[in-house]
Amino acid sequence: MFKYFPHTKEDINKMLKDINISSIDELFSQISKNVLLKEDYNIKSEMSELEIREYFKNLSNENQELTIFSGLGLYDHYQPAIIDAITSRQEFLTSYTPYQPEISQGTLQYIFEYQSMIQALTGLDVSNASMYDGSTASAEACFMACNITRRKKVLISETVNPNTINVIKTYLKFRGYDFEFISSKNGVFDVEDFKNKMSKEYASVIVQSPNFFGLIEDYTGVSEIAHEYKGLLIQNSDPSTLAVLKSPMENGADIACGDCQSLGVPLAFGGPALGYLATLKKYVRKLPGRIAGYTTDSNGLRAYVLTLQAREQHIRRSKANSNICSNQSLIALYVTVYSALMGKSGLEEVNKLSYQNAHYMYDKLLATGKFYDNFKKPFLKEFTLETTISHDLIGEALLENNIFGGFSLEKISDKYENLINFAATEKRTKSEIDKLIKVLEGLS
Amino acid sequence: MNYNKLIFELSIPGRIGYSLPKENYPNYQLKDLTEHLRDSDLLLPEVSELDCVRHYSNVSKKNFGVENGFYPLGSCTMKYNPKINEEIAKSYSFTKLHPYQPIRTTQGALRVYHELQVALSEISGLAEFSLNPYAGAHGELVGLMVMKEYHATRKDFKRTKVIIPDSAHGSNPASTVVCGMEVVEIKSNELGMVDIESLKSVLSDEIAGMMLTNPNTLGIFESDICEITKLIHDAGGLMYYDGANLNAMLGKVRPGDMGFDIMHINLHKTFSTPHGGGGPGAGPIGVRDFLVDYLPNPRVKKMDDYYYIANTAESLGQISSFFGNFLVELRAYSYILTLGKENLMNVGKLATLNANYIRNALKDDYYLPIEGYCMHEVVFDGLLDNPNEIRTFDVAKRLLDYGMHAPTIYFPLLFHQAIMIEPTETESLQTIDEFIKVMKLIAKEARTTPELLRNAPINTPITRTDEVFAAKAMIFSYRDYLEYINRKV
Repeated sequence: MFKYFPHTKEDINKMLKDINISSIDELFSQISKNVLLKEDYNIKSEMSELEIREYFKNLSNENQELTIFSGLGLYDHYQPAIIDAITSRQEFLTSYTPYQPEISQGTLQYIFEYQSMIQALTGLDVSNASMYDGSTASAEACFMACNITRRKKVLISETVNPNTINVIKTYLKFRGYDFEFISSKNGVFDVEDFKNKMSKEYASVIVQSPNFFGLIEDYTGVSEIAHEYKGLLIQNSDPSTLAVLKSPMENGADIACGDCQSLGVPLAFGGPALGYLATLKKYVRKLPGRIAGYTTDSNGLRAYVLTLQAREQHIRRSKANSNICSNQSLIALYVTVYSALMGKSGLEEVNKLSYQNAHYMYDKLLATGKFYDNFKKPFLKEFTLETTISHDLIGEALLENNIFGGFSLEKISDKYENLINFAATEKRTKSEIDKLIKVLEGLS
Repeated sequence: MNYNKLIFELSIPGRIGYSLPKENYPNYQLKDLTEHLRDSDLLLPEVSELDCVRHYSNVSKKNFGVENGFYPLGSCTMKYNPKINEEIAKSYSFTKLHPYQPIRTTQGALRVYHELQVALSEISGLAEFSLNPYAGAHGELVGLMVMKEYHATRKDFKRTKVIIPDSAHGSNPASTVVCGMEVVEIKSNELGMVDIESLKSVLSDEIAGMMLTNPNTLGIFESDICEITKLIHDAGGLMYYDGANLNAMLGKVRPGDMGFDIMHINLHKTFSTPHGGGGPGAGPIGVRDFLVDYLPNPRVKKMDDYYYIANTAESLGQISSFFGNFLVELRAYSYILTLGKENLMNVGKLATLNANYIRNALKDDYYLPIEGYCMHEVVFDGLLDNPNEIRTFDVAKRLLDYGMHAPTIYFPLLFHQAIMIEPTETESLQTIDEFIKVMKLIAKEARTTPELLRNAPINTPITRTDEVFAAKAMIFSYRDYLEYINRKV
C-alpha cells in the first residue's frame, strides 16, 4: 500500500474480475514486449514525509538568502500575508481551466478582475488572462503586430532587457521573421535612430521603460512616427511602476506587455511569474491567449466566461493566433489580490519608498567618488553606474556581508564595460543601505 | 450564498488594506520626475484587509477543485496534489532566491533543477531535459525548435513539414506554425490509430518529423509505434512525443524505448503539481544524446559536486527569462521522491485499471466507438439508447448537479459526441463506483426526464451562461462594465 494509491488488494481483485481479466498487465497486452520496461527505474526509493522534509531542508541549506540590491526584471518587493493565504485555497489551487463556467466562477471572476487591473495600469482597452512571463509576452506582442500589419520585420530598442531581447530573437528566428535594433543614446532609446530606420517594412517597435538600465524613457513623438508608417508601438514596462509613471496609453502605445513579478509574486529563482499583454479593442481578435468576458446566466445572474475563443488553438488549430493553451492563472490571482489590497495609494507608496531608497543610495554611491553616472537620466528604483573597481571584488565584498548587488552588466555583454546595476525596493532598510555603502566605501 | 460582487464594488475612497514602513528620506519625492509622471486616473479598489480576504474567500467558493470531488477531466490528469509539495515549495529559501545571485549561493536550487532533469531523463529513456519551457504547448514549440535546428545545422533546409494525426491536440498544429513549419495532417484508421498506409504516402525528404501522442487522444496505445518511428527515421525525420498522456506509461514504457527523439512532459499532469485554475504548469523537454546541444539556454550543468549555469552557442537560444516555473519543478521533484521507484512503477497500471473499470461498467449505457482495452482514459461517443437526442453537453452539465466535475467533452474531434474520462490512479473504488452510478442514473434520466438534462445544472452557483452575449458585448474589464451599465441607463 502507498498513501496516494487507495486500492486494497481486494479492490483490485474485484475490478479485475469485473473487467474479466486476471492481471493488470493484460490491459497492456497490445504493447510489444520489446518496448515494455523490464526493470524498475533507476531512481531513489520512496521517502516518508519526514524524509522528504529533511531532504529539501538540506537542499535549502545549500542556498543562501541574501539582501537583494539588484533588479534587472525581478524585484524584491514586499508580499502581503494575505496573498499566500488566498492563493493556497484549494478551490483556486487545484482546479483547472474554467471549461465548465457554472462551477468555475471563482477563477473566471478573478481573471476578469485581473484584466481590469492590467487595463487600469496600462490604460489600454483589453488585457488577456496572462502569458507565461514578460519575455514570452513580448515575443507574442511582436507576433501580434506582425499579424495585424501583415509584415515580417520588427524593430527592437537596444535598451530592452537582454533576456527579453533573446527570447524575442529566438521566436522571430524560428518563425522566419526578422528584426533590427534601435540604438541607445545616453542610456535611453534614440528617437532619431528610430525616425531614420522606421519604414513600411516594420510591423512595430518594442521599447522598455524604465529600461534595462533602470532609466525612464521619453516617448514623445514615437507613436506618431510608428503610426505614420502604419506600424505599432509596443511598450514593455514593470507594471508596478505604471502606477506613477506615464501609462502606455498616454505614450500612444498600441500594445503593452511585461512581467508582473513586481506585483506580489515571490522571486522564486525566476518563476513562476506572469507576462501581461494588453492592447486596444480594435485589435482584440489578434490578441493571443485566453480572455474572460462578462455575461449573465439563464436566470440573469452575473457570470463570466472565456470568450472570443475562435482565436485559440483548440478551435483554430494551425490558424490560431498563438499555440498557447493556458495562462499563469494562479499567478494572476497573486497579482489581483496584491493590486486589490494595495490599491492606487499603496502602489504609489511602494513607488515612493523605492524611489527614496534608490535615490539616497545613488547619492551616497556617487559621494564615495568611486562610482559615476554617465547617463544622468531620471530613474525610479533601479540605476546603472560606472566604476573601474573590479566588479568581482565588489561582488565578493558585498557577499561577505550577505548582500547581493550591484550586478555587473559585464556578465551580460562586453559592450557594458564597467557598468554595474543597483536596485532598491521599499523593503530595503536604512541600515541595509548604509551597510552596502560602508562596504563599497572601503574598496579601491 | 450567491455572492457576486466585484472587488471594485467594495471600494470606499480613502480606505486602505496595507501597511508599509515610514519614509526615511523625505527630501526625495516622486514629483521630481515631473513630465514622466502619470496624469490619468488609476481605477483600482480601495479596500480593508478583511474586505479583501472575505471577498476572495467568497469568490473561491464558486470554484470546484480536486479536493471538492471527482474531477475526471480527460487528458488533464487531475490527480491529487499532495500537500507536502506545497509545504516544500513555500517553507524554505527557494522563494527568496534571485536568479542572478552568485551560483554558489543557489547551489540547492540548481541541484533541484539538475536532479529533476536526471530523474525525468531516466523515466523517459532520453539523454537530457531542459526544464525551462513553461507549459506543455511551450514545450511543444521548443521541441519543434530543436527539430528544426537539427535539420538546419545539417543544412537540410527543405525539411519544413511536420506530420500530425488528425486526432492530435490543437496545440500540435498551432506550435508547428509558430515554429515556422508546415502541418501535414494524416487520417486515423477506424481503430483511431495512425494509418500506416497514409503515413507512408506523405513521407518524403521534406519531412522534418512527426508529432505523436501515445497513448493517443482516444486513450489507445499505438501498437504499431515501432514501425511508425522506424518509417520516420528512415525518411530522415525525427519523432516528437507529446507527453500529454504520459501518466499511462509510467512504469510500463519509456518514450525513448519506443523510438522517440524529443518529448515534453506536463509536470502538472503526470507529476501532480496543482493546475492552478489554468496554470502555471511546466513543460520540460527531453531529447536524445545527439540533440542535447540544441537545448535552450540557460542550461544547468554539473561538474563533480558543483552545479553551474551554461549558455552555449550551439543552443537554439533562449525561450524563457530564466529557469522556467521553478516552484512547479520543485513540487514535481518532491512528488517523484515521495513515490520513489517502487510506486512510480505502479502509476500507469493503476490509472489504466481505473479507466478500464469505468469503460466496462458504462459500456451498456454509453456508446463505445472503439473496441479493445483503453489506457489511462476512456472515450465514449454519447449515449447509447438516446430517444430524446440528448447531447453530451447536457450529460456533462447534469454531472455538475451531482457534485462531480464533467469529463472532457467534444474532444477528440473524431467523434461528434465525445466524452473523455480520465479517473487517475489516486481515486478510490468507492469514488469511481459513485461516478458510475451517477453516469448510469443520468443515462436513465435522459430517457425518462430529458428536461432535467437540458436545463442542467441547477444546483451550481450559476446556471448555463450566455456565451453569445459575452462575445458580442465584449466586456473585458470593470471599466467596460461601467460603460455598459451607463449605456443601459
